[in-house]
Amino acid sequence: MTTPTLDRKKDAPVVRTGDRLFRGSTLTAGILILVTLAAVAIFLVAESIPAFTEDPAKIKGSPSSFWAYVGPLVFGTIWVAFIALLIAVPLSIGVALFITHYAPRRLAQTLGYVVDLLAAVPSVVYGLWGISVLAPAVQPIYSWLTDNFGWLPFFAAPVSGTGRTVLTVGIVLAVMVLPIITALSREIFLQTPKLHEEAALALGATRWEMIRIAVLPFGRPGIVSASMLGLGRALGETMAVAMILSPGAFITWALTQSQNTNTIAANIALNFPESHGLDVSVLIATGLILFVITFGVNFIARAIVDRRKAFSGAN
Amino acid sequence: MVATTGTSLPSTLTAGKLPKMVPLYVLLGALAVVTLVFVLMGAPNVAGILVVGVIVYGVALYVLSLAIEGSRKAKDRLVTILVVSAFLLALIPLISVAVTTAINGAARFDVPFFTESMRNVVGAGGGALHAITGTLLITLATAIISIPIGILTAIYLVEYGRGALARGITFLVDVMTGIPSIVAGLFAYALLSLFLGPGIRLGIGGAIALSVLMIPVVVRSTEEMLKLVPNELREASLALGVPKYLTIIKVVLPTSMAGIITGSMIAVARVIGETAPLLLIAGYTQSMNYDLFSGRMMTLPVFVYNQYAIQGVDSQAYTDRAWTGALALILIVMALNLIARLVAKIFSPKIAR
Repeated sequence: MTTPTLDRKKDAPVVRTGDRLFRGSTLTAGILILVTLAAVAIFLVAESIPAFTEDPAKIKGSPSSFWAYVGPLVFGTIWVAFIALLIAVPLSIGVALFITHYAPRRLAQTLGYVVDLLAAVPSVVYGLWGISVLAPAVQPIYSWLTDNFGWLPFFAAPVSGTGRTVLTVGIVLAVMVLPIITALSREIFLQTPKLHEEAALALGATRWEMIRIAVLPFGRPGIVSASMLGLGRALGETMAVAMILSPGAFITWALTQSQNTNTIAANIALNFPESHGLDVSVLIATGLILFVITFGVNFIARAIVDRRKAFSGAN
Repeated sequence: MVATTGTSLPSTLTAGKLPKMVPLYVLLGALAVVTLVFVLMGAPNVAGILVVGVIVYGVALYVLSLAIEGSRKAKDRLVTILVVSAFLLALIPLISVAVTTAINGAARFDVPFFTESMRNVVGAGGGALHAITGTLLITLATAIISIPIGILTAIYLVEYGRGALARGITFLVDVMTGIPSIVAGLFAYALLSLFLGPGIRLGIGGAIALSVLMIPVVVRSTEEMLKLVPNELREASLALGVPKYLTIIKVVLPTSMAGIITGSMIAVARVIGETAPLLLIAGYTQSMNYDLFSGRMMTLPVFVYNQYAIQGVDSQAYTDRAWTGALALILIVMALNLIARLVAKIFSPKIAR
């Protein structure tokens, strides 16, 4: 792109007004993005200051401090996202492997589109589906789990009669992050050097051994960062959680009871429309905490991806 | 290779291998046995039969293959079964969502739904015209804000940007992709309430929130498209003495236009289904509102949530409207995706891929 011959000192390049204008406007747009991101942080901080300084007794539910209010929410957010990833990551790797290494070559791209369609469904529709289809369908399984594995703290009695529990939400979130993780893993698996795969097969490896010794080691950093991006999405997902979960304001590990720890995002969506004054500041403060958590997760994920890019450029 | 199984089969090319049709027979056998067991236990249940049947199939084929083909082949077959069932499992929610939405949404998928608002409607009747109008207006405003900023930023990153600033923008665009939608809504609220007082609800606030979510998507996709434009085209243009800005406007952009349009449409499709930020900043109402700058504005996703969450008497009517709203929303998103792919296919120059 750069043409060194134009940069000679003796005949200074002509600077055209059009060039300067165009370059200026693109630069402005770029800087606008930096400003926006900074503005998100600054405005959230500015609006949430009262939540930290005012008397916590005035907060809805009068907790002993702001942190006592936000603690269970942070736990719930991470707990739900963790369950979602536990389900989604193995499944996504399986789906990505199927599309890249098992499905007939001609079908592969179409199947990729089909999985991407999962990402196109709005979250509010997943919420409706979770309540009216998934929750009734899994409730008998929860009853069975509670009856037979009730000694585990995760399946402690009493079982939820509606199936609207944290595990159901985890399944729905898993469905929502699956296309993200699959798409990225698929891309990484396709980048596996063909020669590595062929070498493995030529040495007599079965297909699974080829995947284990050539594809997976190559794709591991990619899988990690894809999972982190999925985690970021699961942490911030709002409507599906708000609609499906029947929330309580305490910490519980139980997966199948009707009282569950709420998440930050769902708590905001449920309470914000009716809140005013200090409660709004508190909700914005919890939003700020969510922002910091997801920012951190995405930051780490991107750092892994970037390090990997630098590494793979060497071959 | 033949000797690895250690069995004394006749030494032909197929020795130590399961015949091609055996997995199919094992699958059918497993399903038949499991169905029989379920029927005998008196609880025939299609989902249960399929799940248990596949597990039995996996175990049976593994044991059979272990006995005849050895442990390596057996493990390979087991993993194949796992991978295929992972894919089929992932399809179940997709099919289920599509089928339930189509069936439940059909009840109110009629003319009044698209020509009436919910003003003064209690119980049955009414429609989502106010919500559809709001969605169109807010999405249009979002597109007007996001697409120019997104495309210009992408041009800066690809054509001009060097050094720390460009690297910083690239990185932050990536991070911005991960902002939770509800935080974008809170940001728009915090921004507007600082200037216009607390408790503010405006349609344009929704557009601001959605722009925060949409800009990074547009930047990302446009960047990819601009990078696909061959450098030879730029160099040829510059060599003819064309200024750089004209090279970009007349050569680079037209070459990548199809891809940019596709990317922008997919970005629109992504934000059009967002609920949480609109719930916070655009609020909800039962009446028409054509003005982005005054008063609450209903949108289709919020309509779906609202009809479901706040039900009056005759709750079935509310549920039906929610499902029809969901169906309309899915159809809009699918249509946008489809048109975007068609644009990409029809208008993309042959060099693009």
